[in-house]
Formats: sequence, structure tokens, C-alpha cells
Amino acid sequence: MTERTGSPLEGDAGAIERTLAGDRDAYRVLVERHSASVFRLAYRLTGNQHDAEEVVQEAFLRAYQKLEQFEARANFGTWVYRIAANYSIDRMRQKRTEDARREEPSSRAPESVERSVMNLVPDGRPSPERLAQNVELRKQLARALDSLTQAERTAFVMRHWHGCGIEEIAAALESNSGATKNTVFRAVQKLRTLLAPVVGQAAGARAMGSKGVA
Amino acid sequence: MTHPSGEELIAYREGEAAESAAVAEHLRECDGCRAKFARLNEELTALFAALDTLEVPDPGGDYGQRVWKEVAPKLQPKLQPLRGDASRDVERVRWRQGLFAGQLFGEGLFTPRRFAAFAGVAALVVVAFFAGRGVRRPDVPVANNSPVNMREKVLLLAVGEHLGRSEMMLTELSNTEGKKSGAQLIDISIEQKRAEDLLSENRLYRQTAMELGDGRIANVLDDLERVLLDVAHSPDEVNGAQLQAIRERIETGGILFKVRVVGEELEERQRATPAESGKLQNNRKKV
Repeated sequence: MTERTGSPLEGDAGAIERTLAGDRDAYRVLVERHSASVFRLAYRLTGNQHDAEEVVQEAFLRAYQKLEQFEARANFGTWVYRIAANYSIDRMRQKRTEDARREEPSSRAPESVERSVMNLVPDGRPSPERLAQNVELRKQLARALDSLTQAERTAFVMRHWHGCGIEEIAAALESNSGATKNTVFRAVQKLRTLLAPVVGQAAGARAMGSKGVA
Repeated sequence: MTHPSGEELIAYREGEAAESAAVAEHLRECDGCRAKFARLNEELTALFAALDTLEVPDPGGDYGQRVWKEVAPKLQPKLQPLRGDASRDVERVRWRQGLFAGQLFGEGLFTPRRFAAFAGVAALVVVAFFAGRGVRRPDVPVANNSPVNMREKVLLLAVGEHLGRSEMMLTELSNTEGKKSGAQLIDISIEQKRAEDLLSENRLYRQTAMELGDGRIANVLDDLERVLLDVAHSPDEVNGAQLQAIRERIETGGILFKVRVVGEELEERQRATPAESGKLQNNRKKV
């Protein structure tokens, strides 16, 4: 009886089975269980709350429509991640194209990010704590992420914040594993280059601090 | 092994290097590479730590419930498969449920591009209506001008043009210059953008074809949609191997052949309404 009521304790597999059998409300268990984690992914992919919320809703709609294609042995959370990542690529690519028609490109040029990041650390020794408190710096970090292509951003976010494997990322990008590894690498290299002035000194400060303790 | 590149060291750090054992062995033996890897490791640790300071807003404890409230009205019940003509009725019911329950609105029907496609169909309805009145012969039965028949004629015209444009784009992509193994990047952003636009129209026409019970057109549009999706989701720039993979996807499903066959069939069917078919035939001659 408890299985038929859509209890929060019900497993994903049971909820999927009931949904496919025609019980639409069974899908509620899946939506409520996975929404927050999909939102975190979507926010990191899109960089803003409005787009993230749209991505979450669309991901669950698409997952429902394609639920027959879901393989029982797979993980529903990972699957819906992939759908969300795939949709956010489309959405943000389209948005960037529309923005590019309206805006001057200078505000998003990578070199401007680097210059402004360098200006933030005139004394050359920001501590990790200071980095965390620096709101302006976080804006620059966000801007560095914005400078990645949507595929690079997706690959990086899925890999480093959500622990996804290369095969899962490749599926979201609709690419192969070799090309996906290259995409992750390109994303890391771009971020290294853009953020080197700050991060390098932060690492230096940390290293000096740890030596002092030792 | 030779000294690993920066890319190989990053892949090794990520646990994704194809030759991780060889890299590990090399790092044990080579002081220079070991120092290089230590610097890289420290730099990446600091980079990721800095990026970790980017906060994600808390959507709230009731976020899942709020998402469900938004999503639930847009979900169509998953009906059990029915046999015979009843299954077509189910598809029609689903279409209408989707329209009125807001599924299409949820998918962004009234985004500018879809609105344009929808407006295009609406304009064609008006044009076809008046064109149909102008060319009607005395011996044409009145039933042929019923709303359903008129919608079918408009669908034939619109889909014919859509197939012509799709065929043109896929043919151009198939003929794009690029060596199979070349590393040089080829810009396909124009084709990609066209595929995105065609995709929006394709969905609308496929749904209309389903509503009118024209399974043959709906099936071809369904096949075409997959290929358009592949192209629309490709990178802006591709190397020779990636371009070849796209070409193979186009060729494997025989989509160009299907599009041509159905396009020619539509021309045949359009000949019953010559005023409307002129535009279609002109378009297809360009392909």
C-alpha cells in the first residue's frame, strides 16, 4: 500500500515504474527528490537564478516525455542531469547569440577579465579567506566562467562540481569521450590563464602560510 | 615514455589519462616532470578553491514542491497503447491536451522563433484560403474546401517548403569542404543556426501532421528532427573527423532520400491546387 501512495521513501525505480504505468502523480516523488540538485547544476551552468529555474522545469518535462527511453539500470538523477545540461547548452547558446546582437563585445572580452582580476590584488598577497569575502572577486570568477563556451562550461561544471564521468558529460554534450576530454582540458586551460594572476598569488600565500605553521 | 604534456598531466590528475600507469611511472623517475606536476597540482587546487567560493543560492526547502506545481499541469497522462483507429484518437487527444494544458506553452511556443513559425503557418492559412477561393473550379466538390481539407493543403504547402529548405541545408553541409583526418577547424555556424531555426518549424509541422493523422509525413519529420538536432547541437567549428561524423549521420538514416521522396509526393498532391503549388515547385528547383 505504501508504494502506491508515492511516499518520499519510495525508490526512484518504483516511482518510474508507476509513472510509466499511467500514474502521473508518481512522478512527483522524482521531481521533489531531485529538483534541488538539478537546480545547483543549472545555476552553475547558466550563472543566474531565472535561467536555472527554467532549465530545471524543462529538464523534468523532457525527462517525463522521454521516460520510456530511460534504462532501468541507470541512475535517474544522473539522467536528468544530462537532460538539464543538454537543454542549458541550447538555451544559453541562443541567449548569447541574441545578447551578442544587442551588446558591445568589449565587456565580455577575456583580456578585460584578466586586467580587472589583476587590479583586485594590488598588494599581491590575498589570503584564501579574503578571496572568499571579496564580492567583486567573485564577480570576476563568474565572468571567467562566462568567457567559456557553453560546452566548455558544461563539461567543467559537470566534472568539477558534480563529479560526473567523462562518458556522462559526453552524452550531455552529444559528443564522444575523446572530444569531451579535450573540452574539459580547454576549459581548465582557459580558467588557468584568466585567473592565474589571482589564483597564483593565492596559492603562493597559502604555501607561505603552511610553511610558517610547519 | 616521453615527458608528458600539460594536457596529459591534467588528464592524469583527473584520473582520465589513457596511460595513467605510464605517467605515474615517469613521474617517479623524472624530477623535472615531478616538479612540474606538483606546481600544476598546486595551481589547480588553488583555482578550484577560488571557484568554490562562487555560491549557489539556496532555492528553499519547498523548492521541489514548487517545481512540481509548475510542471504537473504540463504533463500528459501516459496512456496505455491502444489498437487500431483508437490509437490515432489517443494521439489527437494528446495533441489537444498538450495544447490546452499548456505543454506547448511550457516548451516555449511563444518564443520569437516559434512564434514566427506559427505566424508563418497562420499566414499560409489565410493565403491558401483566398488562393483556394480564387482558383476553385466549378466541378470541385464543396467538401474539398472544408476546414480539415484546407488545413491539409496548407500543411502540404508548408511542409513542402520546409523540406526544401532542410534538404538544401543538409546538402550544403554534406558538400562542405574538409579533409577527413584534417585538424583544421571548419566553421559550420551558419548551418548550425539554420538547423536550429528549422528544428523549431519541424516540431510544429510534425505535431500538426500528427493531428491531421498524416503518419507518413509525421514519420519523415520525426527522422528529420533527429538529424537537425545533431547539427544544431554540433560545435560552431568542427574538425574534419567531426564533419565526417555529421555527414555519416545524415547518410546513415537516408534522410536526404526520404526528404526528396516525400517532397516529390507532396508536389504530386499539391498539383490539385496549382496556385499554391507554384511557390513550392519554385522552391524545390533551387535545391
